[in-house]
Amino acid sequence: MNKARVNPLNTAAMHGALILYTLIALFPVFVILINSFKTRKAIFREPLALPDGDSFSMIGYQTVMKQGDFFLYFQNSLIVTVASLFFVLLFGAMAAFALSEYRFKGNTLMGLYLALGIMIPIRIGTVAILEMMVATGLVNSLWALILVYTAQGLPLAVFILSEFMRQVSDDLKNAGRIDGLSEYAIFFKLVLPLVRPAMATVAVFNMIPIWNDLWFPLILAPAEETKTLTLGSQVFIGQFVTDWNAVLSALSMAILPVLVLYVIFSRQLIRGITSGAVK
Amino acid sequence: MTALTLTDVNKSFGKVHVLKDINIEIEEGEFVVFVGPSGCGKSTLLRVIAGLEDASSGEIRIGEDVVNLTPPSKRGIAMVFQSYALYPHLNVRKNMSLALKQEKQPKEVIEQRVAEASRMLSLEDYLDRFPSELSGGQRQRVAIGRAIVRHPKIFLFDEPLSNLDAALRMSTRIEIASLHAQLGTSMIYVTHDQTEAMTLADKIVVLRDGIVEQVGSPMELYNNPANKFVAGFLGSPAMNFFPASLVRDGDTRTMGIRPEDLFQSDQGAFAASVTHVEKLGGDTNVIATIGDHNITARLFGQHDVAEGQILQLGFDPAKAFYFTEDGARDR
Repeated sequence: MNKARVNPLNTAAMHGALILYTLIALFPVFVILINSFKTRKAIFREPLALPDGDSFSMIGYQTVMKQGDFFLYFQNSLIVTVASLFFVLLFGAMAAFALSEYRFKGNTLMGLYLALGIMIPIRIGTVAILEMMVATGLVNSLWALILVYTAQGLPLAVFILSEFMRQVSDDLKNAGRIDGLSEYAIFFKLVLPLVRPAMATVAVFNMIPIWNDLWFPLILAPAEETKTLTLGSQVFIGQFVTDWNAVLSALSMAILPVLVLYVIFSRQLIRGITSGAVK
Repeated sequence: MTALTLTDVNKSFGKVHVLKDINIEIEEGEFVVFVGPSGCGKSTLLRVIAGLEDASSGEIRIGEDVVNLTPPSKRGIAMVFQSYALYPHLNVRKNMSLALKQEKQPKEVIEQRVAEASRMLSLEDYLDRFPSELSGGQRQRVAIGRAIVRHPKIFLFDEPLSNLDAALRMSTRIEIASLHAQLGTSMIYVTHDQTEAMTLADKIVVLRDGIVEQVGSPMELYNNPANKFVAGFLGSPAMNFFPASLVRDGDTRTMGIRPEDLFQSDQGAFAASVTHVEKLGGDTNVIATIGDHNITARLFGQHDVAEGQILQLGFDPAKAFYFTEDGARDR
């Protein structure tokens, strides 16, 4: 190995910068977590102190559990996020495969058209979307959210995945064709496993905005039985009084599932299995 | 019996005409090598035979059947790719058996064929490994094994040795030759390496710019090239070309002499000034200039030739080739 590359000073500086960044990134999360376990007074007295014997309180969590159907909100958020991701990945990958694999007229144009959506924020169309949802009777259903999020995620998914799929060796796909695999089998069994890291990237990029979104749940599905977690937590934030214990507790619990999903996907980000397929 | 017949096959990508009226017949059990410089269409031709590309026009017959519209998997062919194209997520055994599973062959048949192929290629110890755990040579053998298990009517090889190092290339070349002797199946082999072409082929097809320049056995092509391109393409070092007027005044043709047909002789026709000497032990390659023409002589054995020296070179007139201005052979 090159000596210059293992210079301890460089390594220290690099790690120092990364650790500093990690601390900055984790600080708000940390503050939310510790304060969710404190009494209201303790939160305002010393926001940065850890909960001790005096200040420890589960009041926030109790409020959250009592008020509103918190588990239902939770479930709604999870269904919407997972279903949207599933559709984004499925349709995005299929479109990307078609664009990267087949020669047909208007291929490039189609790719550009699909990528155009990256630059146009979907929220501009909120009114039209709402009208459409009313017309189709999808208002106040989880499908309304799933459809909107799928549409919102597709452009970037197609863009990223088609770039990755172009890198999958043609020989490999042709070997599959000669071995009698159908185009679907080639897509699902050969190509998808090879672009798994890219799929994970797309999933992570899409997951967090969907999970955290307040706008579309508020407009398209504000009914009690379709409220998502973010929308559900809003009951604790009032114009004059905000129940900080409850808000912080709700947020703490909302972090968990995203964290779990993120851990699942990020393992894929790191793992590359292409090695050995082709030289 | 004919294994493969191509009749007037053409292939265009948009406006680019890649294959032009290809007519080739391949007999059962023949080892045919397609050879030519990069971009001559040899790989495209192989892919058209495999069914990975459709021919723009013309007819492709495998055995008796016209296969223009038959998908690759039903053509009775197996292909070995330059990059091996092993399935990275399947182990060696599954890589080899996938095609048979797709054909819905019974389990015993699959097992027996995989065992047979892995014995032939000494891959028995690696059946449970994944491609990433194999060396280049082993991957190459798995790729060949994947073709063997299918018992195809024709094997297609697309530059299978170009990713191997020189020593391995030689031993794999011999393995492929002995495999052909064992199996007796027709094989089509694409390469740009003329050594592979000369050593493996029963029949060589020389391609240039999508046109078949000449078809014949290696020695036929070597001893009796149809034109200047074939003469210059086969043989290493390549044939020397220079105006025949250097030897005979007023002759407008181009003359060609193979480097090994030049020898040192005091009565030699040329006085060449040596610019570079390659001593290979077995023979000595002398690169020299006659006037402003470069010439390579391959002298057998070891010779003490120094750069800058003037060397008298002679040749046997019977071994000289003559070509007209457009490159055609003038006999």
